[in-house]
Amino acid sequence: MSGADATIRPAGSGGMGRGGEVTAAAAVAMDPTGEAGIRAPRHGSRLPVTVGGLVATALASARGVIGYAVLGLLAAGAGAVADAYTTVTLARILALGLLAVSVAVVTGWAGLPSLGQVAPFAVGAYTAALLARAGHPIGLVHVGAALVAAGLFAAATGLAVVRTRGTAFLMVTLAVGELTAAVAARWTSLTGGSDGLAGIPATRPVWGVPALTDDRHVYWYVLAVTALVVAVTVAVLRSAAGLLLTGVRDHEARMRACGHPVAVYLLAAYTGAGAIAGVGGALLVSAQRYISPADVGFEVAALVLLAVIVGGTTSIGGAFVGAGLIVGTRDWLAGPWPGHAPLLLGTVLIATVYLLPGGLAGLIDRLRQRAARLGVRS
Amino acid sequence: MGLVDAYLIPVVDGLAYGLLLFTVAAGLTVAFSVGGVLNLAHGSLYALGVYTAATLSDGTWTGLGLAVGVGTLAGAAGGGVLAAGVAPLAGRGHLAQALFTFGAALVVADGLTSLFGPDELPVTIPAGLGASAMIAGHRYPAYRLAVIAAAVVLAGACWLVAARTRVGARVRAAVDDPQMLACLGVNPRMVQAGVLAAAGGLAGLAGVLGAPIIGPGPGTADAVLLLSLLVVVLGGLGRVLGALVAAFVVGLIQTLGVTLAAGWAPFLLFAAMAAVLVARPARTAGGTA
Repeated sequence: MSGADATIRPAGSGGMGRGGEVTAAAAVAMDPTGEAGIRAPRHGSRLPVTVGGLVATALASARGVIGYAVLGLLAAGAGAVADAYTTVTLARILALGLLAVSVAVVTGWAGLPSLGQVAPFAVGAYTAALLARAGHPIGLVHVGAALVAAGLFAAATGLAVVRTRGTAFLMVTLAVGELTAAVAARWTSLTGGSDGLAGIPATRPVWGVPALTDDRHVYWYVLAVTALVVAVTVAVLRSAAGLLLTGVRDHEARMRACGHPVAVYLLAAYTGAGAIAGVGGALLVSAQRYISPADVGFEVAALVLLAVIVGGTTSIGGAFVGAGLIVGTRDWLAGPWPGHAPLLLGTVLIATVYLLPGGLAGLIDRLRQRAARLGVRS
Repeated sequence: MGLVDAYLIPVVDGLAYGLLLFTVAAGLTVAFSVGGVLNLAHGSLYALGVYTAATLSDGTWTGLGLAVGVGTLAGAAGGGVLAAGVAPLAGRGHLAQALFTFGAALVVADGLTSLFGPDELPVTIPAGLGASAMIAGHRYPAYRLAVIAAAVVLAGACWLVAARTRVGARVRAAVDDPQMLACLGVNPRMVQAGVLAAAGGLAGLAGVLGAPIIGPGPGTADAVLLLSLLVVVLGGLGRVLGALVAAFVVGLIQTLGVTLAAGWAPFLLFAAMAAVLVARPARTAGGTA
């Protein structure tokens, strides 16, 4: 596995093994300013990211950009042909997809397995819902406020959470997520308790635009915001910042020894991922115009984690595909067999753990390797 | 004296709650330190015990005894199934094992709601335990005192087994040096499976005993898992004595905290966890100590 390959798609946490791990870590470790292939300021901020660098790396990976563009156009086209119910489901999938992206950033890129990204998601969702009910219908304001609130929340909790690693991180984040859901259920005066907040007025994307009452328009609005967030996320992850994160994930001791402030990187990643989840929460509120603790509970945490595993933990596009597959299957089965979503989620989770170690992306990689091997032999 | 009086009952409540939590969380923390298995279905094993109590305990002592037996067996069997499930994943790391148990928790939750319905169920206890005892001039449910006594006996028995028997020595060896244990002819995997089953049995038993305190309902497994995770995190991973102290803290926050500031319990638990994580020196290796 070459170094350039590692920059674009770092080794999956599943089956790639030490080869990819050493490459990503070594690339950063030998060159702490991050100039191994990517332009970065010599004495700039701790995370060497510049707009020029972001654009350069984004352009350098034209194949990925085209892939995302095709995915986006397909999603936009789906909104044009689907019926009202499907459009609402698609919008919810996009919102949950952003939550899955948040999990992928923390779990796949930073190497910290998180079950608690529903917490900033909840903060973002309730921020947007409360703003909307207080008479601020502008979607841009909702998204901005949700981003800031969820980011602040993640930064505050991150100070404690990022001190743990591995299974302890899993435990602590699960506790953070569950406690947040408990607060949402208990703080009745603010959140409406377990009844949730209903009667949220329709969103107006920006000033001077009519409110979005048509489900299709809501979907396109959600898609546009999602595309923007994904573009920024992918650009950041493909810049030196992403390389530093994978370096920390693969060989923390070496990164530390090279003088990298590892805790700062991880806190930044956790905060950024929280902000992404917060935007997802705001979009969920715009899409379903209702929010309750059930939207941010145990089951949702399981759902997005599963989506990320199915999609491959480091793949942003895979997070959406995974979210689509899981939510789609769940809602499709809810018709003939109602009330058994947890059974389905649990069974698929167990099956995925056994059968798809690297998710669908890992499966594709394995098939490709097998095909290559056969090609060499013949 | 009036101040002491006002808080005596919540404090005793907190003691009962804490000891109950300790019975559940001790198994979680020991199972983690032996095999590195974070059992996210541990709350579901407690739920198995709770629903067993709701079904079998009919107000007679025989019913309660039957529930204790069946609940313990159900929990141990559940732990055994989990051990069998995670064994093939041992080479894939802790995350894959935790995810397996997470999936199992969802499946068990679905099974329990399908069997028993989505409502909270009442639990009947023998009339002798339903009476009130007097503590310093206050009426107090005798059942909770019985739970305290039972939990103390259980904790003592577990300590005896761990500290004074060959089986306990093997478990401690599996924590400290599994390779050396394997050299001595004991399969560490079997020890791990045994610990998971025993922890499951303890959780099931705690479920039967704790049914009148944390009762059967759709949220039971989640709530117990969350509280025991907090106990494990607060006490330090794998530290049984730490878990005991942490269980009292969480129990007191849940009872006394609710009396002092209703609705603030989640915030207080949040704050306690954050304080402990920040105060404790960061462990980067993943903290199996």
